[in-house]
Amino acid sequence: MKRSTNVFLNAPYAVWSAIFVVVPLLIVVVYAFTDAEGSFSTDSIVALWEYRDNFQKSILYSLVATVITLIIAYPFAYALSKTSEKTQRIQMMLVMLPMWMNLLIRTYSWMNILDHNGILNQLLTTVNLRPASFLGAAAAGDLLPSMPLALKPATFLGTPGAVIFGMVYNYLPYMILPIYTVMAKMDGSLVEAARDLGCNGFNVWRRLILPLSMPGVISGITMVFVPSVSTFYISQKLGNGKIMLIGDTIERQMQTLNNYNLGAALSLVLMVMILVSMFIMNRFADSSGEGGIVV
Amino acid sequence: MKRIACVIVACVMIVALAAFSASCARNDTVENLEADYTGLEGTSLYVMNWGEYISDGSEGSLDVVKAFEKATGIKVTYDDSTPSNEAMYAKLKSGAVSVDVVIPSDYMIQRMIKEDMLQKIDTSKISNYKYIMDEYKGLYYDTANEYSVPYNVGMVGVIYNKTMVEGTPDSWDLLWDAKYTNNILNFSNPRDAFATAQFLLGQDVNNTDKALWDAAGEKLKEQSPILQGRVMDEVFNKMEGGNAAVAPYYAGDYLLMKSINDDLEFFYPKEGTNIFVDAMCIPKSAKNYDAALMFINFMLENEVALANAEYLCYASPHSGVVNNPDYSFKGNEILYPDEAHKPKTQYFYDIDPEIRSYYEKLWEEIVR
Repeated sequence: MKRSTNVFLNAPYAVWSAIFVVVPLLIVVVYAFTDAEGSFSTDSIVALWEYRDNFQKSILYSLVATVITLIIAYPFAYALSKTSEKTQRIQMMLVMLPMWMNLLIRTYSWMNILDHNGILNQLLTTVNLRPASFLGAAAAGDLLPSMPLALKPATFLGTPGAVIFGMVYNYLPYMILPIYTVMAKMDGSLVEAARDLGCNGFNVWRRLILPLSMPGVISGITMVFVPSVSTFYISQKLGNGKIMLIGDTIERQMQTLNNYNLGAALSLVLMVMILVSMFIMNRFADSSGEGGIVV
Repeated sequence: MKRIACVIVACVMIVALAAFSASCARNDTVENLEADYTGLEGTSLYVMNWGEYISDGSEGSLDVVKAFEKATGIKVTYDDSTPSNEAMYAKLKSGAVSVDVVIPSDYMIQRMIKEDMLQKIDTSKISNYKYIMDEYKGLYYDTANEYSVPYNVGMVGVIYNKTMVEGTPDSWDLLWDAKYTNNILNFSNPRDAFATAQFLLGQDVNNTDKALWDAAGEKLKEQSPILQGRVMDEVFNKMEGGNAAVAPYYAGDYLLMKSINDDLEFFYPKEGTNIFVDAMCIPKSAKNYDAALMFINFMLENEVALANAEYLCYASPHSGVVNNPDYSFKGNEILYPDEAHKPKTQYFYDIDPEIRSYYEKLWEEIVR
């Protein structure tokens, strides 16, 4: 009886995921292993090797972005969970507020802020601060002899720093939310008990709060890493067309080169990579005695 | 208290919405139609075009699609979601949509004719075809004028900010001038970007010699360290806001930028530049051929063609527009340079697939 009820309840989602998740995934696999004429071919898979730098760069950037979001989000989420309920509500709304706006618009706005003659450079000029460059930018040999002093700019756009910044900015709420959720649910009496039993502050965190918050952290890492590693809009706009991540390569294969086979093969690798990392993360969560995560 | 606030907010929003839609009273009537637009009432038409590539009623301009619907009683599905010729080609090739009118660029028309994707257009049924100027007839992609009706003409030039660039440059080498390091933009579209190097090197942009493409690729690699970015539409923001000093782009778009930032100047490089024609075509998949002819004819109506030319700022192949005393770009020296100032130009031809994948590969090495 119970079993049949479950099947019944699951049916809408099962149908949905079959049509919109499983079938498209199969199509990706089919395209990856065929050529333009539709016959079996491993050409696209073989060609992937040429894109290893591209993959490396994407993974590196999104790892850095994930670590930064974690460093920002974790203490914030912890502190927030200790405040009054009203403050928590308001703060959470403020965290979510930017997400009410479209990601494309937010990223485009950052382009205008970070551009050569953008708001940030104008601000820095007004306060007489002109950092020469921003994380790996080309040196500040970009000062035109005839340019008015006010126009001598710092370079932000088109640098790895700008792209990573864009990822952190856009995906930070995805890190804060799950961590905050587990922190808020945490039973305060556990901390009191640990204190009573003579545990010092650091050990309370290391042996109690950290393990208990792990599911949220892992969920957050996945939710930031996955969209970062596959992004193309952020790298295109904040990278000034100079930084090509794997998402850009896939978009290019699909949109301008009409090479669906290679595009599918690249996407397939990306998906496998994400699945493997989620699997590892889940194992990690299990071994620390907490339940796995749902993404 | 909360409920009252909600009601007030809702009222304000409704009033604002009403005011907004009232202010958008559209200009959607063409006064003097020359051709007959009756007989197809109640049918439907699917038009595919680029974004912001038709007079759409904004800022008091004529809403061409609405006006066409009003004049003919035909329901138009207007699709401007396609970003490039290549994406448009892919959509048509896949057969996912049946489109009645498309407006591809010359080289893509050449390819689509080759692949038998277009229908012949019966120009005898397009009474306004007489307005198309002779110099835009019989072009390389459609020598017998069987498959296309020209819509717009454009040329690429170099835009620069006179407060940031010294002197009056006249060559593509401005884009390679290290003095302007980090203030130079180039196209993010490989064919256009390669062309900037090819013109500088004096190459034919349609050559099929891999060694020449290698040389152009080297030239682009040499440019990479001094480049601020590779852009397409972002160029508007960057040049208008004084964020970059130099950028190659389309002449018509320069006029739009100039109207916002008066420091911008423009030249056609002496080595020559790219010219393109976008033309209206009817794909094989068209379901409403007669309505497609009617739409093309409507686009060539004097009043409609003028509205489009004013809105787009591109050069028009329509004699009724070019000679109209009310046309604000009449005789404009950038859109319509006289014989003495006409730059050397080359069209992009549909290029051999092998060469295409060769330069796309080179491009990946350049941008990586």
